[in-house]
Amino acid sequence: MAVLSFGQALRDALDVAMSEDERVFIAGEGVGVSIHYDPNLPTHGLLEKYGPKRVKDTPVSEAAIAGLAVGASTLGLRPVVEIMFFPFITLATDMLVNHAGKLRYLSGGKSSFPLTVRVKAGVNFAAGCQHSHNLEAWLAHSPGLKVVFPSTPAEAKGLLLSAIFDPNPVVVVEEMLLYWMQGEVPDGDYRIPIGKARVVIPGKDCTIVSYGGAVYTALEAAKTLSGEGISLEVVDLRSLVPLDRRCLLDSVSRTGRLVVLHDATKFGGFGAEISAIVAEEAFDMLKAPVKRVAAPDIPVPVSPPQEIFYKPSSEMIIEAVRSTVGKA
Amino acid sequence: MDSREVDAGLRKTMYEEMVLIRKFEEKLIELSQEKDKLVGMQILANGQEAVAVGIVKALKPDDVIVSNHRSHGHLLAKGANPKYLMAEIMGKATGVNKGKSGTLHMAVPEVNALMTTTIVGGGPPLAVGAAFAQQYRGESNITVVFFGDGAAAEGSVHEAMNLSNLWKLPVLFVCENNCWAGAQSLSEHCAVGDIAARAVGYGMPGELVDGNDVAKVYTLAKKMVMGCRNGQGPALIEAKTYRMRGHGEHDHQHYVDKKELEEWSRLCPIKRLRNNMLSEGLVSEAQLQTIGRQVEARVDEAAKFGTESPYPLPEEALEDVWVEDFTMQQVAQ
Ligand SMILES: Cc1ncc(C[n+]2csc(CCOP(=O)(O)OP(=O)(O)O)c2C)c(N)n1
Ligand SMILES: [Mg+2]
Repeated sequence: MAVLSFGQALRDALDVAMSEDERVFIAGEGVGVSIHYDPNLPTHGLLEKYGPKRVKDTPVSEAAIAGLAVGASTLGLRPVVEIMFFPFITLATDMLVNHAGKLRYLSGGKSSFPLTVRVKAGVNFAAGCQHSHNLEAWLAHSPGLKVVFPSTPAEAKGLLLSAIFDPNPVVVVEEMLLYWMQGEVPDGDYRIPIGKARVVIPGKDCTIVSYGGAVYTALEAAKTLSGEGISLEVVDLRSLVPLDRRCLLDSVSRTGRLVVLHDATKFGGFGAEISAIVAEEAFDMLKAPVKRVAAPDIPVPVSPPQEIFYKPSSEMIIEAVRSTVGKA
Repeated sequence: MDSREVDAGLRKTMYEEMVLIRKFEEKLIELSQEKDKLVGMQILANGQEAVAVGIVKALKPDDVIVSNHRSHGHLLAKGANPKYLMAEIMGKATGVNKGKSGTLHMAVPEVNALMTTTIVGGGPPLAVGAAFAQQYRGESNITVVFFGDGAAAEGSVHEAMNLSNLWKLPVLFVCENNCWAGAQSLSEHCAVGDIAARAVGYGMPGELVDGNDVAKVYTLAKKMVMGCRNGQGPALIEAKTYRMRGHGEHDHQHYVDKKELEEWSRLCPIKRLRNNMLSEGLVSEAQLQTIGRQVEARVDEAAKFGTESPYPLPEEALEDVWVEDFTMQQVAQ
């Protein structure tokens, strides 16, 4: 075990994968030389260590970056490509949605595309809606793509390593503002199976399901509510596709109540899927209607008070939980 | 081409505008060192002022510009009011976009700076649409799109160039080649360094110009704009310049050769214009100082206006998504 920042944990995963397996290479805009010089960035120092054959700075060409991953993966390489910020993934989505996710199917199962896309997310870093836009529901809605969204340094390492060696295309969403957060991280080739959620804190009155940085908002709410005698169970999905239905349904069966939380907008968001699954498969266990806490259906504004307004807060969760448990 | 061919009065105006852009952005540098004054990373066009001014001076007010993440110069040259830009960069309610945009994507429809995008390569296709509308309505107006050398690597730029010449749309593509895309130098991100050379592949005129010589930029722009206006279709200008302050204000340029920076600082477009106006006796040192002071006063006033302006209300974030007055929540009910 070592104490690493989230960004260093990701870097450690890349380092382990590259030292273990010659097929692994990384590519993206500034993955070798970056305008930011910070050891907490996931690709920091890898160019120096592995050289320009395996650490490829690319032109500003997201479609080609994603295509590079698709094409190289089916010839047996293990590409790990970076899309700088989440909204820019729209430029790569033809290659990801129409190709990475479909070409194996179109081949009748003959080909495979073991690629990893790393993408930086965050709804509150003062850059506005063309840099901040959590689109995980788009990706999750595209058959053939796995989507993971870690929330701790250990998860970041374990999920990224699993993604790199997964035989399918995997998108790893990185909550950028967590890059500097420290935590204990297992050494070596540490992997967390993709598709396994984690109960962060057990509780009995209401389940909060979340992922990524929003997990910390949920924990904050849990702390406040425990002072009022309301006990929350916080579930970190870690992986949206495949989804750990067992963990979700078990938790709801224990608490009988569910609040779903994400930083993405509400309408058509991933929370809708979670709510629908629980409604379909666990209706009888519910003591109250499911609630969703999510961003309003607007682009991310820049002005500081509005950016704060956009991001779902622990107060909003507290309010949702209180109404769910009938103490509003 | 000799800068003397450009009218003396016009050169003085261009000088003033370049100084305005420089001082406006120097104010941003100053304010970005104070806590919580500006919102987000400031991306400056310091050293590239001649491109914005030389191109826009060749336009009419009704012509449209499409800008990118390095927009302050383009917008000021088009006549945007520095007060409202400054307030926007501070995220204030009085900002040109009510604080929704901040520095990166300010649109100023009042001066036909209709679309600004920070999606690299987003501008050229938008310009195709604007130019199509101009052609469709039989106007003689044209659309100029500014994009970087880095943007030239996006597929969207290829699509826009091909389509605009296929339909003979009045688009002037202006590639501001400032030698960098993020931390990647031109030779690290571009297979053929001379972006103007691509024009041949689309059958449109394309020329390279010294982007730090405002008179040269202006003269070439005049010629290209005329072609666009006369129905000859699009054209491409590559203005060679340099990104003097790194990608943004948090970029310490650890990867930049300091000698190269120094060489380019000697080619400062403002210094060059100033020196040639002085040597021709068009202006006196005292007149230049007066211009400097007047511009500074405007910039200070803008900063004061921005600083004293209120932030928008949090809930006002819900407005301006749709033309109609509703929110998704209401629609769902
Ligand atoms: C689609 C997209 N990809 C990546 C980025 C991140 N980014 C912002 S500016 C920039 C470099 C652009 O270089 P260039 O077009 O030459 O413009 P310059 O910054 O030099 O003015 C990059 C990669 C972005 N904003 N949009
Ligand atoms: Mg550039």
